Amino acid sequence: MDSFSQNPELTTSIMAVEFEGGVVIGADSRTTTGAYIANRVTDKLTPIHERIFCCRSGSAADTQAIADAVTYQLGFHSIELDEAPLVQTAASLFREMCYRYREELMAGIIVAGWDPRRGGQVYTVPVGGMMTRQPVSVGGSGSSYIYGYVDSNYRAGMSKEECLKFTAEALTLAMERDGSSGGVVRLAVVSEQGVERQVILGNQLPKFSTV
Amino acid sequence: MDSHHSYSQVKGVSTGTTILAVKFNGGVIIGSDSRASMGESYVSSKTINKLIQVHDRIFCCIAGSLADAQAVTKMAKFQLSFHSIQMESPPLVKAAASIMRELCYNNKEELQAGFITAGWDRKKGPQIYVVSLGGMLLSQPYTIGGSGSTYIYGYVDAKFKPDMSLEEATQFSTNALALAMGRDNVSGGVVHLVVITEAEVKHVVVPGNKLPKFHDE
Repeated sequence: MDSFSQNPELTTSIMAVEFEGGVVIGADSRTTTGAYIANRVTDKLTPIHERIFCCRSGSAADTQAIADAVTYQLGFHSIELDEAPLVQTAASLFREMCYRYREELMAGIIVAGWDPRRGGQVYTVPVGGMMTRQPVSVGGSGSSYIYGYVDSNYRAGMSKEECLKFTAEALTLAMERDGSSGGVVRLAVVSEQGVERQVILGNQLPKFSTV
Repeated sequence: MDSHHSYSQVKGVSTGTTILAVKFNGGVIIGSDSRASMGESYVSSKTINKLIQVHDRIFCCIAGSLADAQAVTKMAKFQLSFHSIQMESPPLVKAAASIMRELCYNNKEELQAGFITAGWDRKKGPQIYVVSLGGMLLSQPYTIGGSGSTYIYGYVDAKFKPDMSLEEATQFSTNALALAMGRDNVSGGVVHLVVITEAEVKHVVVPGNKLPKFHDE
């Protein structure tokens, strides 16, 4: 079995949470080509505009190409409007592309950011090209394992620190069970003040094992 | 994401399901949902009992093909009672699990069912054994299985503590099953729990309207 003949995949765990004043987004850092980890420190949190990010899962090539195209379109739109673009606009652009080319693409994207009109927002655009806004959204192959954890632990009205802890813990649990997710946890907080990024290395991840 | 639909490829009635077992201080709780489905969209039973008693203090729960599981548990029940009469003492939980494992391993080509065996015996107290699809036998302090289990790995990993009290373990099991039933369309119905201790075996049913509700409900 030639593991290099497969396309690079972001088999992954990604997550985004809204809080009062912004969003917290997070992702693992593994890119695989078959069984080989092509990149163990990938950055799946891609800036689309100053205060709008996307979390990418699925085919690495497809999601990079879509993100580049949307970044261009949104930048142009923002210049025409002469103001910061809405997160919903960015999400709609992703949806347009993911739906129109749904047969050719393999991309699951979470769009999250802050705009002056509606504050922190998370929109999910899964494979197939649907778009919906959710207060908390998870994606990628590792997300299956943490639906129960996220459903039971999310509360509306969490603070920024609580959201960071919640996201880091959820992604750690997903990475522990999903062989296709791993590496480090990358987090970012997007708010009116701008973007703060952080990385949690493997040995600093929260510990759950009772062994 | 088709990787967790393996159970629904089974012909005929299958228990697309969520099952779990957890050890607590003094006993084990074994639990399941109550839905049996044919394919992915027809619910053939809303109230099926997936917790089979194979001896006084030993229960099994089944995931996969219902027919296969019933055949295996019937044979295991017979062999276990015979063994217990010969030994003139209640059987060990490990003996029950070993019988299941022999049946699953020797017939692995034909069978498509996995089991969780849990119970109490005088030698080792409360125990949980997993017999997987191909016939592997493993002992664990807590375990989950079935199609709905995918969604609660994170939850049980985070929430399990060794030596919980009965109330904590009951809450843990009910929450885990409710969360899985909320996300898996082939799990549902009511929650069946069986609490096994040295003293007694108690069957608890939590109907749909009494299940815990989470933030988006």
